[in-house]
Amino acid sequence: MSEELVIEEKRVFMTGNEVVAWAALAAGADIMYGYPITPQNEVMHYWSRLAPRYGKNFLQTEDELSAGFATAGGVMAGRKAFTATAGSGSVLMQEPMAMVEMMRLPTVTVVQQRGGPSTATVIYSQQEVALTTMGGNGEGMRVVYSTAGHQDLYDYTIKAFNSAWKYRFPAFVLGDGYQAKMREPLTIYEPEKRGITLLEPEPYVGREGKPGQDRPPAQYRNTYNLEEELYEKLMSDIRDFEKISAEIAEYESMHTEGAELVIIAHGIVFRAVGEAVSNLREQGLRVGGFRPVTLRPLPAAQIKDLVAGVKKILVVESAYGQMARLLKETACGAPCEIHTMFKPGVGIAAEEVEEKAKEILHSQ
Amino acid sequence: MPETTRMVLAGEGGQGVQAIAEILAEAANEEGRQALYIPSFGVEQRGGVSVAFLQIGDHAIGSPKFLRGDVVAALSDRAVRRIAPYAGPETTFIYDSAMEGVADDLPRNAARVMPVPAMEVAKKEFQPRVYNMVIMGALIGATGIIPLDRAKTALEKKLGYKFEKRPQLRELNFRALERGMELGRGGMGGGLN
Amino acid sequence: MQIAPVMPKSWRVDNKPHKFCPGCGHGLILKCLGKAIDELEIQSRVIYGCDIGCSLLSWDFFNLDTVQAHHGRTTPVMTGIKRARPELLCIAYMGDGGGYSIGVQHLVGAAMRNEKITVIVANNTQYAMTGGQLAPTTLPGQKTETSPYGRDPGATGMPFQGAEMISAIAADGAYVARGSISHLAQLTGFLKKALKNQIDGHGFSFVEALSACPTNWRTDAAGTWEFIEKDMAGYFERGEIKVPGQKEATADA
Repeated sequence: MSEELVIEEKRVFMTGNEVVAWAALAAGADIMYGYPITPQNEVMHYWSRLAPRYGKNFLQTEDELSAGFATAGGVMAGRKAFTATAGSGSVLMQEPMAMVEMMRLPTVTVVQQRGGPSTATVIYSQQEVALTTMGGNGEGMRVVYSTAGHQDLYDYTIKAFNSAWKYRFPAFVLGDGYQAKMREPLTIYEPEKRGITLLEPEPYVGREGKPGQDRPPAQYRNTYNLEEELYEKLMSDIRDFEKISAEIAEYESMHTEGAELVIIAHGIVFRAVGEAVSNLREQGLRVGGFRPVTLRPLPAAQIKDLVAGVKKILVVESAYGQMARLLKETACGAPCEIHTMFKPGVGIAAEEVEEKAKEILHSQ
Repeated sequence: MPETTRMVLAGEGGQGVQAIAEILAEAANEEGRQALYIPSFGVEQRGGVSVAFLQIGDHAIGSPKFLRGDVVAALSDRAVRRIAPYAGPETTFIYDSAMEGVADDLPRNAARVMPVPAMEVAKKEFQPRVYNMVIMGALIGATGIIPLDRAKTALEKKLGYKFEKRPQLRELNFRALERGMELGRGGMGGGLN
Repeated sequence: MQIAPVMPKSWRVDNKPHKFCPGCGHGLILKCLGKAIDELEIQSRVIYGCDIGCSLLSWDFFNLDTVQAHHGRTTPVMTGIKRARPELLCIAYMGDGGGYSIGVQHLVGAAMRNEKITVIVANNTQYAMTGGQLAPTTLPGQKTETSPYGRDPGATGMPFQGAEMISAIAADGAYVARGSISHLAQLTGFLKKALKNQIDGHGFSFVEALSACPTNWRTDAAGTWEFIEKDMAGYFERGEIKVPGQKEATADA
């Protein structure tokens, strides 16, 4: 007999991977499919310990291809299914995610970025932005939340399940090795008690009745015979995605109003930016910060507004411009100066951001 | 004390630096303070130097990564070399006085370089296995980062199941912790620079 | 006057005749599968998965809920469905490229874990949809687009014994057999037993079906028949290889 899941609202202190497992439980996830890769392993460890207690399932597959395709199978069967991966596992994950995009399946994938390319480090990076937002041989019809710490990991993992099932696009929670392994406090809660309604999953296949007799068979394909047939299908998806983009997009901004310089970062790097912005403002400098929370779709309207009204932008990331490319595409034509601080594969400290910002402000 | 205290701890695998950092972080969290602890790990973690980064403060903690620690503690010669770069003009650099041949590697820019005879004390007065308790005590003594009773509560939480079976272990650990605090407070041999 | 061909009840009739080339083996294998499903009366519970390559042409073939994946990943899709909803009966149908080459790790993984799904691999000794390239199952000396002088076993190995490999790694409770479109009643029987094995929850079930590709083989009807019955038969033995409850099944010629 399985226990009923009751998450008492309380402050806890744990690693990010443990947070993800609890958030998936809170979101009503039924089954996880996964394959070992550092630094996401403990998501599986915690889930595989917790799951049977609450009547939920786990399957360790033979690789990430299988984990992704089995997750697709799980959601098609009408269950909330998820997976977690990182690094070279993320690369393999793109093949199933391409199918998932094509069939518009509500999978949830947690990505704990590690160094790249290839095996690189098991530690940390922000180098899986391009892959997570635009991976596969498609058009990036995905929802990607970039988290900046444990409260985010909890909140956005829950949200990812809801967004996936609501909009029927695959959702991703983009974390990193720091968030995976570090411990910090957060408040866990039952979503319903915070007024968050959890969406119920529905089966794609295996509904009641005899196909062809009681109902038409449910048939999902990846393949299209004609260019025009594919074009029509894709444009319909793209229109759907564009229609809901503004609704999904999220951002955080601090002191951008009247700022001379706005520092843009996503994920955990924004915490260094936040610290730097506070310090700089204490020193009387007009500096602001902006963080896209969703990297796909980007908060495009806010980015356009921001770049139209500020003289200088500094883009900071633990990658060599993966997010900057997304921003530049959105901000194309803006008159502001764009400065960059790219540190692929390494963490960024507030002191470094602060120094760089001063250098930019003093260089006029 | 600065708004947020930043610590870097490093040692050989088995010296318990991760456990120390975790207990300190848990204790601070239990006090309702903000804490962020992150182990540094690489693919060679089993044979390499183990490093723990810890921040404790009263406001939300920013980046898990920082350039200079307020307290930087090294438990082995390799650890001294690995984390000396985290020392700055406001850093207290703590190392075990039992190690030899590190004089040239000690940071020259630190506010205070503080040898602590933790290994010697652990061996002579207790048992080598409580070395990490002496070190933890020394860190608490040197920084006042958490009250002693919080540290004890956190220890109880982590090792309580062992203490249940062998109550004398509790006594041993607590005494080692307290002795470490004396060493840390005393700042024995401090102010080399 | 036209006489309507007899089709299994689980087939969709609205989109027949099907899209396979004349003389293709897929239609025959799927007819056997349809009959097996009809006889077991499991149409309401079956989820059918097909793969990339010619098998994908069956994505709307049956009156069955269907998922078309690729690269042999149909096996993990079916695994995912089965693990989420064990009451469903999951069939992964693919070619020898998906099953034995690009997706072989999934077949191995599913067999090792004794997943309670049924995998069917159509073996026509080459990649058909892509234009007839060398496959793991290509016969020694057989000419394909990427072995234009004939397969040289010294350079590219011998025909892959997929069913035997699965039999070697699968746990007790697994069912493994090899049938052929040249012996339809036997093939139907194997498919039925494979599905029954899943229904009974014994374990993994696997059927390799020797198939034909006259388009890429460039054979006429007699040549096609000879290739299956003589050439392929020399390397791929028909029969049950592993049957639950029987330690070592004997080949059933």
